[in-house]
Amino acid sequence: MSDHLDLTKLIFGRLTLQELPLHVPIVLGTFVVVMLGAIALLAVITYYRLWGYLWREWFTSIDHKKIGIMYMILGIVMLLRGFSDAIMMRAQQAIAFGDSAGYLPPEHYDQIFTAHGVIMIFFVAMPMVTGMMNFVMPLQIGARDVAFPFLNNFSFWMTVAGAMLVMSSLFIGEFARTGWLAYPPLSDIASSPDAGVDYYIWSLQIAGVGTLLSGINLLVTIVKMRAPGMTLMKMPIFTWTALCTNVLIVAAFPVLTAVLAMLALDRYVGTNFFTTELGGNAMMYVNLIWIWGHPEVYILVLPVFGIFSEVTSTFSRKPLFGYASMVYATVVITVLSYLVWLHHFFTMGSGASVNSFFGITTMIISIPTGAKIFNWLFTMYRGRVAFEVPMMWTVAFMVTFVIGGMTGVMLAVPPADFSLHNSLFLIAHFHNVIIGGVVFGLFAGINYWFPKAFGYKLDPFWGKCSFWFWVVGFYFAFMPLYWLGFMGVTRRLSHFDDPSLQIWFQIAAFGAFLILLGIISMLMQFWVSFRRRHELRDVTGDPWGGRTLEWSTSSPPPQYNFAFTPQVHEGDAWWQMKQHRYRRPTDGFLPIHMPLNTPAGILLGGISFVFGFAMIWYMWPLAALSFIALLAVAIGHTFNYHREYYIPADEVHRVEASRTELLANHV
Amino acid sequence: MKALRGLLLPMAALLTGCSTVVMSPSGDLALQQRNLIITSTLLMMIIIVPVIVLTLLFAWHYRASNKKATYDPEWSHSTMLELLIWSAPLLIIIALGAVTWVSTHKLDPFRPLERLSYGRPVPAGVEPLTVEVVALDWKWLFIYPEQGIATVNELAAPVDRPIRFKITASTVMNSFFIPALAGQIYAMPGMETKLQAVINKPGEFQGFSANYSGEGFSGMHFLFHGVSEEAFAKWVQLAKAGGGTLDRETYVKLAEPSQNDPVRRFAGVEPGLFLAIVTHCVQPDSPSCMKPMKTPGGANEAAKGTEGMQAMSMTHPR
Repeated sequence: MSDHLDLTKLIFGRLTLQELPLHVPIVLGTFVVVMLGAIALLAVITYYRLWGYLWREWFTSIDHKKIGIMYMILGIVMLLRGFSDAIMMRAQQAIAFGDSAGYLPPEHYDQIFTAHGVIMIFFVAMPMVTGMMNFVMPLQIGARDVAFPFLNNFSFWMTVAGAMLVMSSLFIGEFARTGWLAYPPLSDIASSPDAGVDYYIWSLQIAGVGTLLSGINLLVTIVKMRAPGMTLMKMPIFTWTALCTNVLIVAAFPVLTAVLAMLALDRYVGTNFFTTELGGNAMMYVNLIWIWGHPEVYILVLPVFGIFSEVTSTFSRKPLFGYASMVYATVVITVLSYLVWLHHFFTMGSGASVNSFFGITTMIISIPTGAKIFNWLFTMYRGRVAFEVPMMWTVAFMVTFVIGGMTGVMLAVPPADFSLHNSLFLIAHFHNVIIGGVVFGLFAGINYWFPKAFGYKLDPFWGKCSFWFWVVGFYFAFMPLYWLGFMGVTRRLSHFDDPSLQIWFQIAAFGAFLILLGIISMLMQFWVSFRRRHELRDVTGDPWGGRTLEWSTSSPPPQYNFAFTPQVHEGDAWWQMKQHRYRRPTDGFLPIHMPLNTPAGILLGGISFVFGFAMIWYMWPLAALSFIALLAVAIGHTFNYHREYYIPADEVHRVEASRTELLANHV
Repeated sequence: MKALRGLLLPMAALLTGCSTVVMSPSGDLALQQRNLIITSTLLMMIIIVPVIVLTLLFAWHYRASNKKATYDPEWSHSTMLELLIWSAPLLIIIALGAVTWVSTHKLDPFRPLERLSYGRPVPAGVEPLTVEVVALDWKWLFIYPEQGIATVNELAAPVDRPIRFKITASTVMNSFFIPALAGQIYAMPGMETKLQAVINKPGEFQGFSANYSGEGFSGMHFLFHGVSEEAFAKWVQLAKAGGGTLDRETYVKLAEPSQNDPVRRFAGVEPGLFLAIVTHCVQPDSPSCMKPMKTPGGANEAAKGTEGMQAMSMTHPR
């Protein structure tokens, strides 16, 4: 009997049937709905016999465009999850006053705000930013793919594996209840003995591998694969911001990996890096996590600054004002982002001189950021501003972001921070810059580059609905939070005593509801645009009168992007080509060397998921097995010498000729 | 519309801010921090307001349908303008940086107070009231070493007398925050932080943990009474009359996790308890008890001593 028990424990570790949420109606309900949705999706795919297509054309694809699109889809799917968390929090805080405990007990509420932060940063913002860079950047520099196409596919599936781990914590066991950065000692094994923090650690570690590799990949691509003639100062500004972001990723993510590894060692083998005994120090963790965490903010926002630059210049029908100063501002921000991390914990008593230093470095960042805002402003000046949806997002961003910037500088003054830190003022501030900056920028980017990716524009009516619901909803949701911060209300509370606060939380909940309508409008926009795709068709490849190279090829671009590698002479290369009456070559094509698809990436991602899951639940034999499998597949893949092929010149000719015909019929 | 609201809401918040605790505090330190919030906001308004106005103005005036507006499709550079857009924020930040440097040093929570409020320096010979603060799971313990009493989830101090808080935590990080009195400072296990503050008006003020610390966090609040000297003496007597001593055993029981705890009072406190908590030596044979370390500062006594264990304290030279 005891032998049998030990065997169960050996195989299943600490996972028991009790970990399934059979006794929690809300979670069980969610589980049933998600499962039904998943079964319906699988049924549809099976019914339309799409498995082979998906496997061949998408899952194993190493085409940077398809990987970019898959990153965007991952981000949007996870946005739905992260936003459900948000609206649950808003609902709880709007009703949990006085005698009413609300509908979420603390152990649920605490998981929800932790999951919300983790998902929104790591599995919504990061995949979408990476997806944007993946799709757009190679096209902008006139390349046919990224430097390491397989690595790109592998990175994506590692990110997916991390996201899947977070999702499975919803139904198997629980997620961390520590806040999104999991400060010890709260995240130590003594205070958080269950699997939640381990889900946190392993999902971020696995996704982190993907992020780091994709950072290296995109960095090398920009450095080595630009079209001839495209010197650094002739690169499109989005590519510049992508370059700086990937420098930040490569330099910052190893710190996250290291600090999470140390936390894992503390939890798994009883080291004492961050405990309060035997010389450990939790503040070490806080320092290290923010040495990653602050650059992370700029990793998200820099590419978005790039998107706004492209959009403003395109829709104002003018070159970007002050290109050089925009580049320098980006580089200055990149460097400075490493010198400000301590402003996240002025209140831990670092001393006046240290606090002042980090307060002032933080304020200095607002100088290049301010310069950027002025640059966009003067790009509109004497322009012909077309208010298409991407441009609307840009104007909303400029107005919203400066408010967030201002409150950020307020928080950078250490004595003011003592009064405002950890309050809802802080929450309002960072949502102000992340929603007003990153999210608005991603939506501008999606509306801007969608026709390039799919060959038809997005429906503007639903796009504008989404825009207005989001923007107005944002102000309703977060302005009351600034106010509550002044009322001394701190973050992460699941219950309040003071009834005078309630009205503000109700206004904020209304704002969240408007944002929900914004998200629904966006999904409607995708659906309606898909249905109307023939009316919205873009045959020119250049629907907005673009300025950079991605608009010189067809929409969607052929697999090889460019039949001939473009020759660049000036900045805004495509605009200049149009000015000089560029004519597409129609013959003389050569065979094109392209990488071959491979299933190794999805395999490695899947095995990593199993490995992470086994580590979380202490299933040691499975963990060992999956780790060996991971090595075996990785090494096995290196023996695959059949990795590339040539697209024959005839095939290129056929593709290009059909485009020539399309263009001729259109004009 | 949305831009207008975005602009008006924070402005309105500032103008009517007098009704919120952060913007109308009752302690001198918090008041000076409030003044800094206002100063920095006004300084930044110099840039922010023109930017928002110009954004909306340019977006409207240069809209594609307005054919009367000048269109200059090649204009993308102006040395004068670029100098201006870099130097204007730079000047603001120089001003704000200077304010930051001075105020951060002046309002350092570790620094002994120099004044009770504007124009009233601390009278010579006035010693601050010492309160030792321990963040427990999930309640606050306040030890008054001079009075020899301790309370749970209730704090009192005489008006216009400097208070010196020595702050630590039992297991996880919290943040000790009474918005009406002064800004917050973290309470961290194995470390000691300090806050020197003064309350200028009598009243009852909310205090709480401002750093999430686990399941009972939402209920981790207390009342802070700012009272006259006589009322404070009475409050101390109330604790004295209640009986009970907070010795090590009682502390260990008290430190066990509990939520939404009622106010408790102890007539006596075992000497050296706070230091033992900071060094994890409440149970002296505990393996996590920190051995006294040599500090450059000077002599160390055993962990049971009174003022020896500084190795992990967050004090710093000034």
